[in-house]
Amino acid sequence: MLNTVYQLKAPRQFETVFKDIPLDDRHVLVRPTHLSICHADQRYYQGNRPEAVLRSKLPMALIHEGIGKVVYDPTGTYRIGEEVVMIPNHPVEKDDIIEENYLRSTKFCGSSKDGFMQEYVSLLPDRLVRLPEGIDKIVAAFTEIVSVSYHAISRFQKFSHSRRRTIGVWGDGNLGYITSLLLKKMLPDSKVCIFGVNANKLSDFSFADETYLVSEIPENLMLDHAFECVGGNGSAIAINQIIDYIQPEGTISILGVSEDPAPINTRMVLEKGLHIFGSSRSGRADFEGLMELYKENPDIPEYLENIVGTTFEVESIKDMTEAFETDIHKLIGKTVMIWKG
Amino acid sequence: MEKTNVFGVVLAGGIGSRMGNVEKPKQFMEVGKKPIIIHTIEKFVVQPQFERIIVLSPKAWLNYTKDVIRKYIREKDKIDVIEGGATRNDTIMNAISHIEKQYGLDEETVIVTHDSVRPFVTHRILEENIHYAREMGACDTVIPATDTIVASADHEIISDIPDRSQMYQGQTPQSFKAWKLRQVFEALTPEEKKILTDACKILVLKGEKVHLVQGEVSNIKITYPHDLRVAEAILGGEKTC
Repeated sequence: MLNTVYQLKAPRQFETVFKDIPLDDRHVLVRPTHLSICHADQRYYQGNRPEAVLRSKLPMALIHEGIGKVVYDPTGTYRIGEEVVMIPNHPVEKDDIIEENYLRSTKFCGSSKDGFMQEYVSLLPDRLVRLPEGIDKIVAAFTEIVSVSYHAISRFQKFSHSRRRTIGVWGDGNLGYITSLLLKKMLPDSKVCIFGVNANKLSDFSFADETYLVSEIPENLMLDHAFECVGGNGSAIAINQIIDYIQPEGTISILGVSEDPAPINTRMVLEKGLHIFGSSRSGRADFEGLMELYKENPDIPEYLENIVGTTFEVESIKDMTEAFETDIHKLIGKTVMIWKG
Repeated sequence: MEKTNVFGVVLAGGIGSRMGNVEKPKQFMEVGKKPIIIHTIEKFVVQPQFERIIVLSPKAWLNYTKDVIRKYIREKDKIDVIEGGATRNDTIMNAISHIEKQYGLDEETVIVTHDSVRPFVTHRILEENIHYAREMGACDTVIPATDTIVASADHEIISDIPDRSQMYQGQTPQSFKAWKLRQVFEALTPEEKKILTDACKILVLKGEKVHLVQGEVSNIKITYPHDLRVAEAILGGEKTC
């Protein structure tokens, strides 16, 4: 079937192309309904990736956070019209040790293959997860980024020692908000403290136990573990500050993406015997686990409504461009496209 | 099969003879790796609101049409291939009669009529056609005219140059409440029927409202060899998702 694909041809330039996708007996067709813009999409859109990377990846459809409705399912797995979240990673092999989301061969929508800015998205049935009934669609649109936080916390529970009295979260943006909210729900006995640069943004973290400006951290503050949700140029500063305040044998979970290498205080990492691990992509188990968490804690999606920034009804390339341009200038909040493309 | 009371009607016109050195109708030419009509039918197959898809073909090409559908379309049981009429509107009336006989027709039955040689129709266009046919009774898919339209009554001297901002180019689908369309069509005089160039005009002639649905520049009609080349060109890229 001739499918309309809205590809980024060059920075700030979308174009419409058509691709013939097979209507075979293995793939489910999903009509995207709500798509959410991520920093990674913006890095391509604004051309903030190295020239060689842009040259090798573009043209490509962006977006890896999104939901849709099943319109065609020859496998009989889903009902027509059923609302699903789309999993952007597509493993091509199975490994008994390495998870699907970290296999180097795995394709990722909006990075190594076309993302969800398409008329229809053709996926294998196991790349879809049913949405809970009645969930806010705008919030559900950015399930993927929430599932990455869920994934990082799940791994943290495996990797870290059990003294989890106080956990610090660096970053007062969307990822910091999501990660600290999930920490409060998944580790209810831990005290969660947020560290940021903007007092106004920090005041939105109403569920947190404490919030601090990074310039005003009390000298005697002690953390058992920490999550870095800063990314970009602030990564190194945040990680080094965490290293200063964390207790020996603490675990640092890195979630922020930085285009450049981040120099960190390895001497103190060694002296304190710290564990550092990174997480960036979630797998099917994380999406499923998150949906269960939403069902058990209906206030999580309600809290997440607070980080919805702007919504756009998107039908044309002009609308897509407007959504991406507006997203650049936001202070906080996710930009969600109500997809009619 | 769900009763939606919405029917896709794919109009596969073309020459009515297969004798001699006759060129194959354009809907059977291939774009990518499939006949154009198959691409078009696939867009209807994946639109869940269609209860059935009726494909109308010239008598001489009926079996050929059935054969290509059987070869390429898994959901062939959802498709009826029937004979078209002498004109486009006769063909649509054949579709309405078929729906009435086989599935029942009432005042809310919607038909979405579409050229078989417009395979780049989109989900949005089909969805909006169904919506406006249900809500308004009829709709036509159009794009704003980019060229100035020049009218000439005697084909020699310009008689009018209409304001371009009010001009649109007609595409398909054209969608209707079938009962009403047939009622108005049957009330037309033979003279009125003679000047019909498309189905929407049936209603316009009698002062009925037809809503506009925004088409797409890419929703081209593959008529000439040049169009085939354009279609191949916009069916882009090696990368697949």
